Amino acid sequence: MKVLTGNDLKTGDVIWWTGSDWSRHVDDAGDVGDEGEEILAREEAARRVNVPYIIEASREDDGSVRPAHIKDRVRALGPTVRPDLTLKPKDPEALDWII
Amino acid sequence: MYKYDTYDQAMVDARVEEFRDQARRRLEGKLTEDQFKPLRLMNGLYLQLHAYMLRVAIPYGTLNSAQMTVLGDIADKYDRGYGHFTTRQNLQYNWIKLEDAADILADLAKVEMHAIQTSGNCIRNISSDHFAGASHDELIDPRPYAELLRQWSSFHPEFTYLPRKFKICVIAAEKDRAAMRLHDIGIQIVEQDGAIGARFYVGGGMGRTPMIAPMIREFVPLDQLITYAEACLRVYNRHGRRDNKYKARIKILVHELGKEEYTRQVEEEFAHMLDQGVEPPLAEIERLRTFFAPPAFEDGPKTLDRSDPDFALWVDRNTHRHRHDSYVSAVISLKPVGGIPGDATGDQMRLMAKLARAYSFDELRIMHTQNVVLPHVKIADLHALWTELDAAGLGAPNLDTIEDIIACPGLDYCSLANARSIPLAQRISERFAAKGKTEELGELKLKISGCINACGHHHAGHIGILGVDRKGKENFQLSLGGSEAEDVSLAKITGPGFDEDGVIDAVEKVTDVYLGAREGDERFLDTYRRIGMAPFKEALYG
Repeated sequence: MKVLTGNDLKTGDVIWWTGSDWSRHVDDAGDVGDEGEEILAREEAARRVNVPYIIEASREDDGSVRPAHIKDRVRALGPTVRPDLTLKPKDPEALDWII
Repeated sequence: MYKYDTYDQAMVDARVEEFRDQARRRLEGKLTEDQFKPLRLMNGLYLQLHAYMLRVAIPYGTLNSAQMTVLGDIADKYDRGYGHFTTRQNLQYNWIKLEDAADILADLAKVEMHAIQTSGNCIRNISSDHFAGASHDELIDPRPYAELLRQWSSFHPEFTYLPRKFKICVIAAEKDRAAMRLHDIGIQIVEQDGAIGARFYVGGGMGRTPMIAPMIREFVPLDQLITYAEACLRVYNRHGRRDNKYKARIKILVHELGKEEYTRQVEEEFAHMLDQGVEPPLAEIERLRTFFAPPAFEDGPKTLDRSDPDFALWVDRNTHRHRHDSYVSAVISLKPVGGIPGDATGDQMRLMAKLARAYSFDELRIMHTQNVVLPHVKIADLHALWTELDAAGLGAPNLDTIEDIIACPGLDYCSLANARSIPLAQRISERFAAKGKTEELGELKLKISGCINACGHHHAGHIGILGVDRKGKENFQLSLGGSEAEDVSLAKITGPGFDEDGVIDAVEKVTDVYLGAREGDERFLDTYRRIGMAPFKEALYG
């Protein structure tokens, strides 16, 4: 699947395109198919996202979304060296998902 | 240390308001990201993996307690309670909001700090010896000249759009504690025939094409320092490769022209400029010197009670001989075993500020090795200082050991990185500390970069590690034999890379080779230079 990601213009937070809005959680990301460039241009112009780009990802059996590249998995969850600052601070095993 | 005059303060305040307006226009959609990006970068604001990152300049690594306190307060107020000290003696905040950035710059300006020229193709923060003005072995304090260079290079219209970023270092001792010859311009203040002058090394650097700067002028009179530096920059600005980012640094120009031809052109330009009044008046350098006058040192005890072995170890490892025999410079390690190199919490920054006020004439220094120095500590105060540091987790006795690892932010934070640096540093320090090998190994400088840009100085590590992307997986190249010091050399790659577990094992194997082959007091680097790469390769791949 292809998903859209970028950073929130005001806060810099990593965000993912759900199909109708932006979410901080990668699992909310939707497949944009061939419409990525069009959505990306529209959303950037509306200042709802900064420096957006399209990435390859896969939908796992449990419904979660896994970006293909480690860099985007780090972006999705947070720094592996500060579990307390990730999106899943109470789940130390969540970091295994990145590697 | 230097104090802003009204012009300095007015310039920095004006820059804050200018950036506030630029950020407002970006948030209102009146500037596109393409238009805004060069403006934010000129103010040290990057966009990294998780958020905006703000890099704050700490000129030649010197700051006072009020400044360190504000750095800690900003960490708590605008970031997530910590900051990261860098290999250019600066500080980075990792979780900045664009809507807060101008307010942060305003808070910095109140204590004479800013983030100007911490990014972009301009002259960056001037770096220097972290023991400047304190060490027993320096000729003079190099910081007045570093400050002069800072003022000359700040907003210099001719050098605001160079072919690429530009880094200058100034030292004044034979011992190089600032990686001077791995800078675009390295200046060593020297004495010749009773006169003080500057030796110029030009065209060094790390990155994808590491080079050691050759000396191009043995002696430049100090009253021609700025003119000669400007001549060096002018030749670079004229001929630097603007067509290719990867060949745009001055090291490539010096290499391609050849040292002789580059020097010839610099000398020609220098001769042309000498009567043009480029050099600041002598009164200005005299004015700057007054800011760096030595504090009022007092005679006191020259020995200390070493009955506490933990304290004695810290003294042996983390203090440096001072110019005054009743004082030492004390290094606060930001490398606790298993910790993140260079990170400090807001509380730790405020504590270090308090200790600087109590024990070090209000002064602190940031080392390029991501530690902090209290430059002027009475020997009589050392135990009290150590007690407070140790209680706060800042008493690690590991300066220049295998636990004192330089690591860039790597793939945990940096958008350029290919691999994570910090977890390697954590695991390596944990392994060697657990096995009790740190002391036995002695001086061993291990440096880790998460990409070819080499912010973690891996080329200059006795042991260097470079993280690369190998088909979407992290892979690590090991290199041996580098040094950033006066015995400068570039490390050589051992062979095929390793995965994360493999490279940690590999580090242990090469240290075992060293321990087996060591003669006398040899450091790891000395043994490597004597026996060569072959025994290490045999242990790794044989």
